Amino acid sequence: MSGSQWELPPELCCRPMAFVALTGLDVTYNAVHRAIWDAFCANRRADRVPISFKVLAGDHEYPKCRTKRTSYEWYIPKGILKTGWMNKHLNLVPALVVLFYELDWDDPQWKEKQSECATKVEIVRTSLQGRNTKVAVVLIQKKTPLPPGEDLVASERASSLCNACDLSGKSLFVLPHTDHLVGYIIRLENAFYEHAQTYYYTEIRRVKSHKEFLNKTTHQLLFVRHQFKIAFFSELKQDTQNALKYYRTAYSLVHELRAHETNMLEIKTMAGFINYKICRLCFQHNTPLDAIAQFRKHIDLCKKKIGSADLAFEHTAWMSKQFQSFGELFDEAIKLGLTAIQTQNPGFYYQQAACYSQDRKLTAQQLCQAGAVCPIPDPLDTPTGGLDFYGQRAWRQGHQSIDPPDPEKERTGILALQIKERDVPHSELIIALLSNAVAQFKKYKCPRMKSHLMVQMGEEYYHAKDYTKALKLLDYVMCDYRTERWWALLTAILSTALRCSYLMANVKDYMTYCMELLGRASTLKEEQKSRIEKNLLKVLKNEVPDAEPDCEPSGSSAAAALWKDRMALSGSNEFSIEVQDYVPFIQCKARFLAPSFHVDQPIQLQVFLRADCPHPISFNKLSVSLSNQCYNQWCVVEASGQDTMLLTPGETSCFSFNFVAKTQDVGKKIEMTGIELMLGSGRWVFLSWRGAGGDAASAHEALQASRSARPRGPGAGARPEGAWDALTIQHSTMIISRVPKISVQLSHQPPALNNEMYCITLSIQSQEEGVAREVRLTAGLKPGQDANLSQATHVTLDRGQVCDASDPALLPDIPLGDLNPGHKVEQRVYVRCVSTGPRVFLFHVAYSINTSVDGQEIDCNCHKDETIAIETVEPFEVSSKFVSTKLEPLDRVVVDIPFVLMTDLLSSSPWPLLLHSSSLQLVTMATCTPHPLSQLEQVVLQTGECASECFCLQCPSGAEANGTVATGQYVISWRRESSSLDTPLVHTTVPLPHIPLENIPLYIHAELPSFGRVRETLPVRYHIENRTALVQQVEMAVEPSDAFMFSGLKQVRLHILPGAEQQMLYNYYPLMAGYQSLPQLNISLPRCPATDTHTLRRFLPQRIFVKPQGRELDDASIAAA
Amino acid sequence: MAVCIAVIAKENYPLYIRSVPTQNELKFHYTVHTSLDVVEEKISAAGKAMADQRELYLGLLYPTEDYKVYGYVTNSKVKFVIVVDSSNTSLRDNEIRSMFRKLHNSFTDVMCNPFYNPGDPVQSKVFEGMVSGMMVQVS
Repeated sequence: MSGSQWELPPELCCRPMAFVALTGLDVTYNAVHRAIWDAFCANRRADRVPISFKVLAGDHEYPKCRTKRTSYEWYIPKGILKTGWMNKHLNLVPALVVLFYELDWDDPQWKEKQSECATKVEIVRTSLQGRNTKVAVVLIQKKTPLPPGEDLVASERASSLCNACDLSGKSLFVLPHTDHLVGYIIRLENAFYEHAQTYYYTEIRRVKSHKEFLNKTTHQLLFVRHQFKIAFFSELKQDTQNALKYYRTAYSLVHELRAHETNMLEIKTMAGFINYKICRLCFQHNTPLDAIAQFRKHIDLCKKKIGSADLAFEHTAWMSKQFQSFGELFDEAIKLGLTAIQTQNPGFYYQQAACYSQDRKLTAQQLCQAGAVCPIPDPLDTPTGGLDFYGQRAWRQGHQSIDPPDPEKERTGILALQIKERDVPHSELIIALLSNAVAQFKKYKCPRMKSHLMVQMGEEYYHAKDYTKALKLLDYVMCDYRTERWWALLTAILSTALRCSYLMANVKDYMTYCMELLGRASTLKEEQKSRIEKNLLKVLKNEVPDAEPDCEPSGSSAAAALWKDRMALSGSNEFSIEVQDYVPFIQCKARFLAPSFHVDQPIQLQVFLRADCPHPISFNKLSVSLSNQCYNQWCVVEASGQDTMLLTPGETSCFSFNFVAKTQDVGKKIEMTGIELMLGSGRWVFLSWRGAGGDAASAHEALQASRSARPRGPGAGARPEGAWDALTIQHSTMIISRVPKISVQLSHQPPALNNEMYCITLSIQSQEEGVAREVRLTAGLKPGQDANLSQATHVTLDRGQVCDASDPALLPDIPLGDLNPGHKVEQRVYVRCVSTGPRVFLFHVAYSINTSVDGQEIDCNCHKDETIAIETVEPFEVSSKFVSTKLEPLDRVVVDIPFVLMTDLLSSSPWPLLLHSSSLQLVTMATCTPHPLSQLEQVVLQTGECASECFCLQCPSGAEANGTVATGQYVISWRRESSSLDTPLVHTTVPLPHIPLENIPLYIHAELPSFGRVRETLPVRYHIENRTALVQQVEMAVEPSDAFMFSGLKQVRLHILPGAEQQMLYNYYPLMAGYQSLPQLNISLPRCPATDTHTLRRFLPQRIFVKPQGRELDDASIAAA
Repeated sequence: MAVCIAVIAKENYPLYIRSVPTQNELKFHYTVHTSLDVVEEKISAAGKAMADQRELYLGLLYPTEDYKVYGYVTNSKVKFVIVVDSSNTSLRDNEIRSMFRKLHNSFTDVMCNPFYNPGDPVQSKVFEGMVSGMMVQVS
């Protein structure tokens, strides 16, 4: 019972179920009985009635019933609850005893069997003397019974059997042993359940009936006992609501008991039991808040009831158990579907349980002297091996008065308990509880609580001397506290860890913890730091460090021996400690002086070191590793000979390194990959930082420094810490090419004109002191622009011809030879852009040159880039239109009839353009002139000027007259006027518009002078041509006009043969001067109704200018004047 | 009256912690630190609901056997934590609120100091004096 003295008894923690005993079953040898028993116990799921069955022998002895008390007047109870009571009613005293008996209704030996059965019933009854336990008989029958009422023999024999056994009809059952066994069994057990309920009901009544005999002075204990019993019976009856009610009454009664030192434990034990039951039922009823409230009340009531001061650990143990069992109940309820929250979860109860266990450990350490010997005979031994009543003392059971009966016995009893407590593995208990709590807090998103509990676990392992486990836990959580910057907590954890590592003589861990405890994150006092530093220095010299002050002496001496062993071990005296993730006592920051260096400059690198420990510390070597390892040799500083380098606390030491980059590293990044600092003499420790130094705290410090409004920096007289914090790490640098000493000038005349060979003149002048060798030019479209541009841009060096699509957009590496100092070279580049829009051109001049850096000759490549953005514009806009020979706009042309094409060329170029020539490339159409000459030849167009040209065209007959037809192209050859004569011409081709084409059956045109004169004859000849293959009948009429008189056929009808022409001559005689409308000619073709006067009229002149009649006299007078 | 008062930075490191000198200081550090679990949870829950109308006072964070821990979060996510003794039942919610308000006002004054660098530990004497006034007086 040692550790488990505080465990709740299992009969308290289980769910009480009605107890039914089955007798007369031979489950070992009888297969039928076995099947029946299996059907009773197998598959007891939630839907089956809650009964616990047991098979007992027919002549089983049930616990004897004591004779019932008739008066309580002289009765003084000895305790609250007997230890055996719950078990008795759960497992020993059945609510119902069922006798199984094999008997068919038509059994030939009915009489004999009936009396045998009656005897068996009688035996059971006798052994249950005085109990209210019911008895029932089940007849196991081979035959299926007939429906009730039909079998007269059965009902008659049943009633006779009932009489013989003194049973009521309700207590006799028949179990036909057929296929539907399980169904019958379920019906049977339901009936049993009803009997059991009645039994427990009468039991409750029986206990209740005692109440009237009790008085409040002497029978206080009985009040509690009876309420508890009623509640327990209610639970057995499955009446949990009433059970809860009675338990609550019992709970309040237990606190009304007169409490004193001798019975405190009994009261608390019972209060704990009842509280457990109440909480359990509340969780079961899904009222967790009630459970929590009850538990809180329970704790508040009992917290101060410590009892005997000599056994204070008992109280804390009991408290711990209260919390633990509540936590378990809570946890169980959660598993059954209850939801817990962050601030109310079982973890808190486990944690509190652990807390009380820690208290228990402390009080036990205070109270239990190490040397005490267990008294003989052991006062804790009892004749029965256990206690009669819960929570009583073994040496004075049943004693209920305030003072102990025998002070001497009391003393030895307490001593025995203390001795027993001494052997309790407290740490184990605490750790188990803490790990339970950790699991819960992990589940309910409490990472910090989890860390805290893990620290406690670690400390407990430390107390339990399991240093490896302690360190493992502490190491795990340390990082959380470090990142959250809770330095006080980190320091506390580190101190514990330091002790662990000291006691284990773990050199590396010991040094690591020392270093962090000496660092700026540590909140230790200066003298402690000083002590730790001395220890660290000893370890560095391969000596034994002094013991940590808080370790117990025995552990320290063992540790000292371990350390001596370590010292003797010659090998493994070099340690490498990664300090980046800690806050070590030496801070390190490194930087390249610039984010980039030219290849002809030495690369400069500084490493800053600073010690935070109280005493100066010396080191032997500092080395920086870089991403390109060949530079590492330049970045080492080593103590020469005997003297070491010293870091003074609070001062920043700076170490500078220079080296020359290799030319093949141009364009590459150099990174610091690590910094290593070697400490020690006799034992060597390499502190290593990844990258360019810094540690777990430096990022935040740098941030704070940058936020600060205080002036910081060297000249401002800032605090040294500020200057240190403000130091930024520059962990990488670029090596870039040497600055070129050449000038590149571009001359050109923007904008570029579309399609032209745009000339860019590049002049390169060397300002180098040496010869620039292998000057190379890359010219053309800058890569990385719109992909289409590279298709629409062509670059060439050849001015002789217009470049085409085969020329690239970028000409790489054009060799220009060597360039002597001060010399100049020119290169022309021609660019042809075949689309408009902006473009960026790149001119990249590269060369190599020898130069010296820090006395080292290097061959560097230099280059200079020039980019220009050039806009490309259209040189001119061409528009064209079709007009008739009368210069009237045409929307369609007629086959075989001449018309005029007019082109306008509007210069939009800012530079004058020289138009060399222009020509037409005709399709379908033909020119009316055999060799048309360009009218624009050698014309110079200034900006905004327009050059027009016209061509007389005709569509030859036989052309398809449906829809529109292409006319052809207009080709213009031109160049800039400013360009030299041998510049190739640019041929710009402009497509001419399409035009609808039509055929007409009849063509008419008039032949008339350009003007008329009043009262002078104006002859007009109309030509009418038939263009069809048919004879056309034409009706023609001239309408009269006010302005003209005329002679000729006024109205005529004529036939014109296919392809023939008819001429009609009219002599018009103008009557009025000015623009006059000619007389209307009305023509109609009866065969072609589509062609009428209106469609033909467009071929005819509408008006004519008529001059007034001349006066000779007037002319003379004008001449005279 | 409080047994411990703490100001925690937005990044959850302590700017100021003061506890009654009679008891284990480390224990209060742990109590305040663990209470941040609840504070974080409450902030993230409130952040989802309504960011602008958030109540600064977070109420009782969690009860322990010995102490009650209350929390308060400013709009800039600086947290205040007040720990009171569980036995001190006379303290009402309103009084706790007014303590937080006083603390907040005083902290605002600290922040207004042009020589104070936000994020540094609070060393103001005025703030110290105000906190002392709210602590349990130990004779």
